[in-house]
Amino acid sequence: MFSKKRGRPEAEIPSSSLADIAFLLLVFFLVVTTIDVDTGIGLVLPPPPDDAEPPPPIRERNLLKILVNAQGMILINERPAAVNEVRDRVTDFVDNANRANDENLAVSPQTAIVSIKTDRQTQYEIYISMLDEVRGAYKELRDAESMRLFGVNYERYRGSVSASEDVIRQAYPMNVSIAEPDPGN
Amino acid sequence: MSKFKKKNANTKQEVPTTAMPDIVFMLLIFFMVTTVLREVTLQVRVEMARAENIEKIEQKRLVSYIYVGPQVLGGNTFGDTRVQIDDALIEELGFIRRIMYDKLLEQPKLIVSLRVDRESEMGMVTDVQQELRQAGTLQINYSTRRLQ
Repeated sequence: MFSKKRGRPEAEIPSSSLADIAFLLLVFFLVVTTIDVDTGIGLVLPPPPDDAEPPPPIRERNLLKILVNAQGMILINERPAAVNEVRDRVTDFVDNANRANDENLAVSPQTAIVSIKTDRQTQYEIYISMLDEVRGAYKELRDAESMRLFGVNYERYRGSVSASEDVIRQAYPMNVSIAEPDPGN
Repeated sequence: MSKFKKKNANTKQEVPTTAMPDIVFMLLIFFMVTTVLREVTLQVRVEMARAENIEKIEQKRLVSYIYVGPQVLGGNTFGDTRVQIDDALIEELGFIRRIMYDKLLEQPKLIVSLRVDRESEMGMVTDVQQELRQAGTLQINYSTRRLQ
């Protein structure tokens, strides 16, 4: 009996190549996977206009109107301006309460609204660069405030708190209004 | 007794490799899950704009893309500016509303990523945005590359 047990070969499926097959598949998926991070400028559109309810009144001084025409020329509050000027103008406008305290600029960062308006013929690229400038201004302001209060830049601060507790964001909310473009000609 | 001892001393010292397929399979499944095999075939040219102050889109699963750009006609020629969603060109801008509304019902946290050719005119972009507003898909994102 003893010898009989010894003599019986164990019935097994050869599984030594299993690892090879798995590796082959693994390598295939490794090669085809593209972990590319998608980047962009996030924005929340306003809900569709309600005819019954007129838009809330906005004080003139709380609104910074940026107008870009088809040639890429910029008007800020009806005055011509250069592209590299935009960021500083937005910063001064939004943070007016802590800076010049000019009575023609925003009452407080919370009430400040930046409006970007383009022509229909304006190039998308110009519009994006304009949006980028405005965002850059807000980033500077938020970074400065975050540095002052917490000693770290805003990005690191934001990572450490939840969205509802983000005091920097509450202090400098980004109110960007995208106006419907003029039909142009 | 001595017989047994001898046998024990003779056992081979090996790293156990039985768990290796399991580990490999685990990696395999990870990559299978994360891989997005089907990329849409673009029928419009989208050369992305570049910007400095951009953010990453964290949840890629929530994103739906709309492509806007001149239609590729082949032979390096381009037609009029058209809108593409998934694999189809949109014949009429009014369709965007329905398509995006259906997508919103499927995914209430939908983020619409606009991939617009940098030379497109704003008129088309605004028309698309108006449709999105009507559809109720208000979370949008202008896809841009980092400025170098």
